[in-house]
Amino acid sequence: MTTATARTKPPRGSASLRHRLADRGIDSQLLFLVPAIVFILALFVYPFAYGFGLTLQPSEETVDRWGGGILANYVRFFGDAFTFESVWLTARLAIPAALFNVLAAIPLAIKLKHRFRGKRLISTLLVLPITLGTVLTAQGLLIFAGRQGWLNQALLNLGIIDQPLELVHNYIGVLLSLIISGFPFAFLLISSYLSGIDPSLDRAARSLGAGWGQRFFRITLPLLAPGLATTFILTFVLAFSVFPSATLVGDPSGSTRVLAVVAYRFFGEQFDYPMASTVAIMMGLAELVVVAIVLLGRSFLYKGSTGGKG
Amino acid sequence: MTTTSAEDFDTIRIENLGRRFGGTTALQGFDLTVERGEFIALLGPSGCGKSTALNCLAGLLPLTDGQIYVGEQRVDVLPPEKRDFGMVFQSYALFPHLTVAKNVAFGLQMRGVSRRETTRRVDDALRLVRLEDQAGKLPGQLSGGQQQRVAIARAIVIEPRVVLMDEPLSNLDAKLRLEMRTEIRRLHQTLGLTTIYVTHDQEEALSLADRLVVLRAGRVQQIGTPQQLHDNPANWHVADFMGYRNLIDATVAGEPDGQGRVRIEADDLSLLGAAVNPVMPGDRVRIAVRPSDLVVHTAALAATSPVNTLEAQVEIVEYQGREYSVEVRTSAGRVLHVRADLAPEVGATVLLSVDPSRALVYQDDLDGIPAVDPAAVVTA
Repeated sequence: MTTATARTKPPRGSASLRHRLADRGIDSQLLFLVPAIVFILALFVYPFAYGFGLTLQPSEETVDRWGGGILANYVRFFGDAFTFESVWLTARLAIPAALFNVLAAIPLAIKLKHRFRGKRLISTLLVLPITLGTVLTAQGLLIFAGRQGWLNQALLNLGIIDQPLELVHNYIGVLLSLIISGFPFAFLLISSYLSGIDPSLDRAARSLGAGWGQRFFRITLPLLAPGLATTFILTFVLAFSVFPSATLVGDPSGSTRVLAVVAYRFFGEQFDYPMASTVAIMMGLAELVVVAIVLLGRSFLYKGSTGGKG
Repeated sequence: MTTTSAEDFDTIRIENLGRRFGGTTALQGFDLTVERGEFIALLGPSGCGKSTALNCLAGLLPLTDGQIYVGEQRVDVLPPEKRDFGMVFQSYALFPHLTVAKNVAFGLQMRGVSRRETTRRVDDALRLVRLEDQAGKLPGQLSGGQQQRVAIARAIVIEPRVVLMDEPLSNLDAKLRLEMRTEIRRLHQTLGLTTIYVTHDQEEALSLADRLVVLRAGRVQQIGTPQQLHDNPANWHVADFMGYRNLIDATVAGEPDGQGRVRIEADDLSLLGAAVNPVMPGDRVRIAVRPSDLVVHTAALAATSPVNTLEAQVEIVEYQGREYSVEVRTSAGRVLHVRADLAPEVGATVLLSVDPSRALVYQDDLDGIPAVDPAAVVTA
């Protein structure tokens, strides 16, 4: 039986057990993983499982009103306009903010790729908002763009408008705040993706007769696209979980009643922990849906080496 | 259709090309007239301005001085995409997200060539560089040599007025480099495209080019055919580049005779050499001698009483196939490189002789001598 002998396992090496384990990546360096694993178990896995457990223990009140047994919280989430509409209200803020951040960061990142005088100053100014907390940003927005703010005062005095613009305590206020806090992330990420593209590709395309637009759409954009998708996901997730600015510069009982606000209401005002957990779980699920769609689209893009470093 | 573009000019004239970066001059007073179909190599050490010159020609670097004409058309005012020059980069610069065929088709698509015509010309170009089997692959799946062939196909498929090559072989290993050198020579012979080729490798330049331009510190040192440069370097820098490995500092000891021969002396030697630059007694000079022009006379053969000799001790003997490369040291500690058919004994004292016409005597100071007029070299 020659076929049987051909299929026999290769002979076991004579090395010690330690060497054989190391060959499969099992060695003492694995201990470095311990802090991270403990951290994840204690601060993510356990609370997440506990919260999920809570969602399956609806309060009697909810069961009486919405039915559905242990799934009463979920029935309520989809049935109650107060919660379900909030998904739409959140998406209406997060998607345009993330899109704007990504699209506005592309030209700036491209421009700032080249060396020129004052480049460092401009990049510092662009990244500075990261250092401001959301609360500080909100405070600044109120002072700058409020009814009595500098902007409205200036525009009124110049006679450009005769009524103060309504820029805060509504949808626009939260959108502005999301852009201010999300843009630096988008800019930094896209800049680093861009620096990974070999600059000689652009020169090669030029020498082959490609104009500015052709170079951008046929070379730079296809190579940058996977990075743009990743950047979009990150800024979207940041924006989707917005809470402070939605309450401070938004209209938390109306147009900016985002999921985080709804969850907080259940938790802080109605003391309905199970329902608050349900909203949180559904918030994660909604994010996952958008992320999955973007990643699916990304899988059709070229993701290999971009010819440069990184 | 741009197929006629290669027909509409006879020469490319580069006039007084100059480029400064801040305070430093990268290229100065570069004049060159390239005939159509000619293969020109720009040769020099790194930092000599050869890549600057190429990038200026391509339009990727703005000029500080000078003009470039293709036929009667002034092209230095055009952006790179309007110049119709094909370029091959050291890093290949292939578009990593496009297949080999699409990389090659890119330039044709930019020119609005019809789809059928594009397919035909891409196929032709890939066949020319022997990559027809790889058309559907991404550049990342190819070896370095194959990638460089794609880059060459991409540059020549548009039938540009000039092909510019920026050290295209320097990322390849020695064996591939030789193969690709032959390939580039073959392509040039087949297509007859005007080519300007930048390299720091003198062998590459000598074997490929119809004419060479040697640059140093942003200035042209000499322009001429490989043979002219090989046999009559204009100054010791060019000689150094052309394989005159022995550069000996010395002093002129007498007036040149009628044939331009002059006696030069250093602490441990006294030789007759051929003065290439005008020299006066007492001038500091540099003698350039090729290793193969230094003949080794072992003690047994010394009876033939060679002339124009010096004595040295053998230090290192390397076997190099048909001959030996020998390193010797003179009594004053000067190291010389010599070639010999038979291996001399290490430690032995040997007599070296050199034909006075093959010991070239140059002025020591490079900047004092004006760049050599190529016309003068032709008659030399």
